[in-house]
Amino acid sequence: MYEYYLTIVLAPLAAAIIAGLFGKKIGRAGAHWITIIAVGISCLLSLLVLRNMFWGGAEPENISVYTWAVTDGLRMEVGFLVDRLTALMMCVVSFVSLMVHIYTIGYMHEDPGYQRFFSYISLFTFSMLMLVMSNNFLQLFFGWEAVGLVSYLLIGFWFKRETAIFANLKAFIVNRIGDFGFILGISGVVMFSGSLDYATVFAAAEGIAAQDIEVIAGMPWNAMTLVCILLFIGAMGKSAQAPLHVWLPDSMAGPTPISALIHAATMVTAGIFMVARMSPLFEFSTTALGVVIIIGAITAFFTGLLGIVQNDIKRVVAYSTLSQLGYMTVALGASAYSAAIFHLMTHAFFKALLFLAAGSVIIALHHEQDIRKMGGIRKYMPITYWTALIGSLALIGFPGSSGFFSKDLLIEAVKESHWREGVSMGDQITYWIAYLSVLLGVFVTALYSFRMFFLVFHGEERMDAEAKSHLHETPAVVTVPLILLAIPSAIIGWFTAGPVLFGNYFGESIFVAESQDVLAHMGETIWHGSAGLVTHIHKSPAFWLAAAGTFTAWFLYLKRPDIPETIKNKVSGLYNLLDRKYYIDDLYINGIAAGGRWVGRFLWEKGDELIIDGVLVNGTAKSVGRLAGIMRQIQTGYLYTYAFAMIIGLTMLLGWLVWLR
Amino acid sequence: MLANYLLSILVWLPIAGGAVLLVIGDGNDNRSPQAGLMRMTALGTSMLTFVLSIGLYAAFDNAATGMQFVERVPWIESFNVWYYLGVDGISAPLILLTTFITPLVVIAGWDTIKQQPAQYFSAFLILEGLMIGVFSALDGLLFYVFWEAMLIPMFLIIGVWGGARRVYATLKFFLYTFLGSVLMLVAFIYLYLQTGGFDLFGFMNVPLGMTAQKLIFIAFLLAFAVKVPMFPVHTWLPDAHVEAPTGGSVILAAIMLKMGGYGFVRLSLPIVPDGSDYFAGLMIALSLIAVVYIGFVALMQKDMKKLIAYSSIAHMGFVTLGFFLLWSITAGTGVRLGVSGAMVQMVSHGLISGAMFLCVGVLYDRVHSRQIADYGGVANTMPIFASLFVLFAMANAGLPGTSGFVGEFMVIIASFKANFWYAFLAASTLVLGAAYTLWMVKRVIYGEVANDNVAKLEDLNSREFIVLTVLALSVLLLGLWPAPLVDMMNVTIDKLVEQVGQSKL
Repeated sequence: MYEYYLTIVLAPLAAAIIAGLFGKKIGRAGAHWITIIAVGISCLLSLLVLRNMFWGGAEPENISVYTWAVTDGLRMEVGFLVDRLTALMMCVVSFVSLMVHIYTIGYMHEDPGYQRFFSYISLFTFSMLMLVMSNNFLQLFFGWEAVGLVSYLLIGFWFKRETAIFANLKAFIVNRIGDFGFILGISGVVMFSGSLDYATVFAAAEGIAAQDIEVIAGMPWNAMTLVCILLFIGAMGKSAQAPLHVWLPDSMAGPTPISALIHAATMVTAGIFMVARMSPLFEFSTTALGVVIIIGAITAFFTGLLGIVQNDIKRVVAYSTLSQLGYMTVALGASAYSAAIFHLMTHAFFKALLFLAAGSVIIALHHEQDIRKMGGIRKYMPITYWTALIGSLALIGFPGSSGFFSKDLLIEAVKESHWREGVSMGDQITYWIAYLSVLLGVFVTALYSFRMFFLVFHGEERMDAEAKSHLHETPAVVTVPLILLAIPSAIIGWFTAGPVLFGNYFGESIFVAESQDVLAHMGETIWHGSAGLVTHIHKSPAFWLAAAGTFTAWFLYLKRPDIPETIKNKVSGLYNLLDRKYYIDDLYINGIAAGGRWVGRFLWEKGDELIIDGVLVNGTAKSVGRLAGIMRQIQTGYLYTYAFAMIIGLTMLLGWLVWLR
Repeated sequence: MLANYLLSILVWLPIAGGAVLLVIGDGNDNRSPQAGLMRMTALGTSMLTFVLSIGLYAAFDNAATGMQFVERVPWIESFNVWYYLGVDGISAPLILLTTFITPLVVIAGWDTIKQQPAQYFSAFLILEGLMIGVFSALDGLLFYVFWEAMLIPMFLIIGVWGGARRVYATLKFFLYTFLGSVLMLVAFIYLYLQTGGFDLFGFMNVPLGMTAQKLIFIAFLLAFAVKVPMFPVHTWLPDAHVEAPTGGSVILAAIMLKMGGYGFVRLSLPIVPDGSDYFAGLMIALSLIAVVYIGFVALMQKDMKKLIAYSSIAHMGFVTLGFFLLWSITAGTGVRLGVSGAMVQMVSHGLISGAMFLCVGVLYDRVHSRQIADYGGVANTMPIFASLFVLFAMANAGLPGTSGFVGEFMVIIASFKANFWYAFLAASTLVLGAAYTLWMVKRVIYGEVANDNVAKLEDLNSREFIVLTVLALSVLLLGLWPAPLVDMMNVTIDKLVEQVGQSKL
């Protein structure tokens, strides 16, 4: 399989290089064909790998490709670990990427940077595959940063726009704050295990958990807790968890295909994937899991609320992504790693679908993104309408849809998790924060999703006549990917929920301590097959909350569209809080960024220029000059002065020799 | 046969070439045959030197513990001074860096230097020979001669071909570096009196008392800290860079700063191990200040060259940090890792900072401004340049896959082992480095075309393209596969660490 793996990663890389360097020579069609073929090959081979794993019973493979460097006994390698977790991620990444490649033909067809765009998204596919297929921390970090680079390039793809180049800088720097923790976490792994290789590190997990480190003198912390929290800070950056979530909504300044691919389906889930991959470490630190679950819960609930007040179609979906990432993080914290990955997979399909559908509307309206200027689009764009409906239903967890299985079981897993058994006050608080957040989040999800859906596709047609006259369904390159994504969004949960969550699909690739293994527990008690879950739907509070959210959206935005305005005016304080995104962005921009610039200016002007240069360097030079000025007074230039000085000097010297020696 | 004199050839060939250039002269104008001959001589000499250094690399034995390509003949017999050259895994990579960068500088200055080009190229060739001399000298006095002689061509390069405030900058540069190195000479003389010769290995093997070690360390520190430069003796660097012509900045950043790091690892650590141990805490503190303090200062620079100069200081902080972590790490992985990382960082910084200064030079040649505010939207008119500039900026920000990551990664891992807070402060470069580099990219490269000057910009000519592409490829190669470089150094670093571990008291 080695050749397969190499081909899977190198085909998109080669295509990216060709499209990037020789874009002019091969032309537009050349660029999209070569990248689509390359990613298509990756996708096909990934599916083959998955098939071999799942039906063929193939064993996980751990292969070294080449040695990056060896020094001081530390082997730094590039290699692949392909197990069932990896195989699933490879398929998700390459499949969504392929859909987005095809869709881009339609979305970007007028753009002068066409070849460059294809080069970037192919490069992204390479980087993301390197990330998920890695068998060591070095390559993980390489992929991690490489996807960050491509994200930077793509958010700033339209580099003339100030919003785009502001957003890409912000995204990169906020991600780097996460990476700051991540690289410290990796350093900690090396310190405590002496290796970067997953297998070696995981084998040493128990030993790491047995050690303490005094980060602050006199306060011993568990080494595993420290390492896991540091690693998780990395995940918070990449997977946009509060308070490092601020870059993701702004990243919508990039073209829509990459919002779907990078900022919804794949790259932002890298943090989730990473924690699941590191489950053999996280399982040894309940404290770290507590941090994970709380951060996830806060993100899931509070970013969801923000989606309700957004008017930019892409931003609504972006806040929804943040919230769903929070759900996945909560699942990680509840030791339900499989549930997190399962939701990651279904979310990749339906969220990519929603973004691409939003993009379809955006091109049909000639790059209008304000949902207040849409409405009634259903009859003009039937395919987009139906696929967007499937996506929205999956997102809110409509019974039977993919999102239903992943989210309902995720919430159930949180409810049943080991946190409930916790005896301490802290455990109980953690449990209720997590459970209530994901449960109430369902209502919020339904509300913002269908608010957007109704405002865009139903109701009054609010676009201007000019836009309306051009309004029609988008071409096949756009709608076919929508349909191809709508199919798994609708049905994949039904077939996969059982095996993935309860059928030990992940096997050895995810490790859960027995006492915390909530999914195993649920498999024995609650799970009675997909059909069982759907037929018992009336017992699920999540179902009723979703229904209530959808109904509220219908009532407020279709039935009585005057009410939202009234509410807005009544609780303007709350509205402003949401509209200003809890003032967190202001804190970053006016607090941290401005503070950093102030510190920089202060150190430069007061430290370098005033003290070091002004006082020390030029001060010394001036003192020397002044001293020389005084000495110069003696140098009169008159012969008799020098002769006189010589005589005095000689006399003193002689006197010293004669009298004192 | 050739191998026996290879180092001498590498030292004297460029110097001889430089002398020939002075004889050929400039010719009447840039297109005269004489000027052409002069340029071809300059390029030919530097290329030949590079090719010969490839021979050095090919014949270099990674497994050998001692010095290689040793040449030793008496020079001043009455003082027991020897013409003594040799390389090991620490100096060989730096020599390769020197021979690699110099031809690029010659190409970069090909037709942009209008004033006395023959002398300009000559100065660079002579400088190249002297720098190789520093990296290969194993006799203290010889080392000192090369070390000081090196200042002269650089002094001229800045003073003659520099910008408006070049006189201030050259004086600052000269005084700072000269004052530092005079004390090094004093230390050498003391060691000479102890050992009866200037042999560096004699210096390393002679027992020294703690007071002597401390004083010698301080003398070395002043010489090397200025060169690196370390906080707080760094302020000459931004001024020197701003005033230097592009080629001068490139050599200054890419190679001359490495003299400081090289001095620490070749002289301070093995000659006064206990003194180095004593001051290690201070050195770590100064290194971390360089990373954090300078990172903030770089953020606010308005002049691109100053910004890159400050970023150089921050990156060189990793070099001194890596070296002086040695005593903070007690066992297991990490001791050698810090030193390896520091060495890789030196080579990598040579490539990246050189490339960054060349990029600024490309813009300066067209617009005659280094101010960030005078640019904006360069990507619109110079897409190829913009791509390369972004690549180098990412390398400067330490992106994995580029050489900028390798050394920083190793040093951060090693510093975590020493103390969590060392790693914490060192890792802040991930944020600060990205912030100051990419903020500059945003203001210079991206955006709408800012003004007429930018609108009139023409993309890279083939000469510039070749230089920057060669650097880009080497930055990527070293980032994707640093093993050849690391393997070259491993044995020497093992030996060094062992040597430093033995007290000389």
